[in-house]
Amino acid sequence: MKTFTTLRSHYAPLPIRDVDTDMIIPAQFLTSISREGYGENLFRRLRDEDPEFPPFLPPYRNAKILVTRENFGCGSSREHAVWALMSAGYEAVIAPSFADIFHSNSGKNGLLLVELPEEVVNSLLQQTSPEITPLPELTIDLTNQTVALQDGEKFFFPYDPFRKECLLAGMDDLDYLLNREEEITLFREQHEKSSFFDTRIPNHHGGPDE
Amino acid sequence: MKRNIVDKIWDAHVVTQKEGHPAVFAIDLLLMHEVTSAQAFQELERRGLSPRHPERILATIDHSIPTRKNRLQIADDAARTQVETLRQNAAQYGLEFYDFDSGDQGIVHVVGPELGATQPGMTIVCGDSHTSTHGAFGALAFGVGTSEVGHVLATGCLLQQKPRTMRVRFSGSPPRGVYAKDIILRLIQELGIGGATGHVIEYTGEAISQMSMEERMTLCNMSIECGARAGLIAPDETTAHYIRGRRFAPQDSDWERAVAHWQSFRSDEGASFDAEVEISLESLSPMATWGTNPGQAIEIREHIPFLRQLPEEERSSAAQALQYIGLEEGTPLAKTPVDWAFIGSCTNGRIEDLRVAAEVLRGKKVNPAVTLYIVPGSERVREQAIAEGLHSIFETAGADFRLPGCSMCLSMNDDTVPSGARCISSSNRNFVGRQGAGSRTHLASPATVAASAIAGSITTAEEI
Repeated sequence: MKTFTTLRSHYAPLPIRDVDTDMIIPAQFLTSISREGYGENLFRRLRDEDPEFPPFLPPYRNAKILVTRENFGCGSSREHAVWALMSAGYEAVIAPSFADIFHSNSGKNGLLLVELPEEVVNSLLQQTSPEITPLPELTIDLTNQTVALQDGEKFFFPYDPFRKECLLAGMDDLDYLLNREEEITLFREQHEKSSFFDTRIPNHHGGPDE
Repeated sequence: MKRNIVDKIWDAHVVTQKEGHPAVFAIDLLLMHEVTSAQAFQELERRGLSPRHPERILATIDHSIPTRKNRLQIADDAARTQVETLRQNAAQYGLEFYDFDSGDQGIVHVVGPELGATQPGMTIVCGDSHTSTHGAFGALAFGVGTSEVGHVLATGCLLQQKPRTMRVRFSGSPPRGVYAKDIILRLIQELGIGGATGHVIEYTGEAISQMSMEERMTLCNMSIECGARAGLIAPDETTAHYIRGRRFAPQDSDWERAVAHWQSFRSDEGASFDAEVEISLESLSPMATWGTNPGQAIEIREHIPFLRQLPEEERSSAAQALQYIGLEEGTPLAKTPVDWAFIGSCTNGRIEDLRVAAEVLRGKKVNPAVTLYIVPGSERVREQAIAEGLHSIFETAGADFRLPGCSMCLSMNDDTVPSGARCISSSNRNFVGRQGAGSRTHLASPATVAASAIAGSITTAEEI
């Protein structure tokens, strides 16, 4: 997995709350069996409906940070939402809150989710505008868990210590789990031995009632 | 130490946990469908691994498949490849897989329970947010992303932080004509679509005890729509009665032991929760959504709220929602004309839902301006509906009774609502474009959908 340490970039504003994963990537674009190529349909419906859709205005096109409102990523569990954001060049999203499954999927792919208080987010959204050149930039420092403005003002953000360790080291959950193989084997043996009954699926078509 | 039901399932599945790390958490059943699995198998192959517990996997096809007759011919190349990929992976690794011709194919959250694979106290995951459906059986069941599907495939485990818990107590009995769908829409309206984020909900109260398993599944299914990781209901006699005799149910001498074991999965008297919510159902009437998220819901007898009545932070999104949906603040939702009607999905595609719809449609005709799709949740549901003669009620009424799949719930197959058209739908999400680019969705119970299809406008069954 990709490592994350610091990131300096201007940011694209997405000033709406409850951005759901159908907005991030509509279901009709999920028929691929690859992890690649979703970026071209990122926010497809929103930008088709609104030629002025902020993140796609030319000045914001190369932003690596998206700043948005609360409950970003709600709805479906599709990890394609994270893949779409990342393949469109985003490396971090700043919002007052995120939905659970999206949060978990982001961590697994190295997309950094930064929770900042609503008033800070509002102020970031107000401070940028496509007419400003150069656009205001942010520096995100995962080690110190801070977001710094250009004038030096810094905001601390909470981050799960384990997830931070993983991102800084580029370690993923599967490596971690595979390293616990012995404990997992032991658990399964004991679990199955002490089970009141078997919850395994008989591995063939047609069970006992047929 | 008093424990709630989530604590008990959690404790029974923690393999190991290092200080400051998430738990290595054992998963009893992995459900798979074609959309969120291919990349997980690829990751396994890349690492030279194969599924660790093929005996704990059920796979079927539901999201991207057609629901018309002759569905074997999938027109879309990508969707066809996706289905074929799951078929090949299932064959290669010897997984229980329900293909078109198996007689067991259907929406993954309908299939698991109807085969008895979903049982109390289990941990169940699937690359689908509506996995919370299985919580109806007192299982801890939640949606995961594709990476996590890969983790479970490879190790039978996930890295998990223990979730917070919320108890929702429904007081009073719902009036006749009010269904589980109305109750969950009421809860989401109350909590908001992020209101239960980070929590697993236990649903309790007299109304829950009286619900059938189908209703409990509808309720738990939409837990994710208020942000909850999962929703569950302690198992009782209704649960055991539903499971008994199903294909993967404990058999013979195992049965009594299983039932006794299941009884242990209930919250201890006095166990605490991180949050408590109480909702009265005493005067509830049928609900429908007016906006573009499931929390933007009202009783159909009410008017759409004025923006000024909403919390300030919700006003701008509500204004955008109304603009998209083409309705005005402060006006009635009832009698809004609809073009499409959809009964189906993992929320409301079970036999009981079809029975309710048939009761409303019996001897009536679907309004000529409306197209009504009735899509059974599985082959078994479809067969049962035919055995009960429901299909002829549907067909006589002018509905299109189709083959099982996710269909019009999410527009990633042939079944889409045209741009600008309005659909009353028994599904779970009314997001912008969810049923097709430019489509407008109103979520409601199957009874309300059937009644609205007859009337040609948003109407409760009572008025038909």
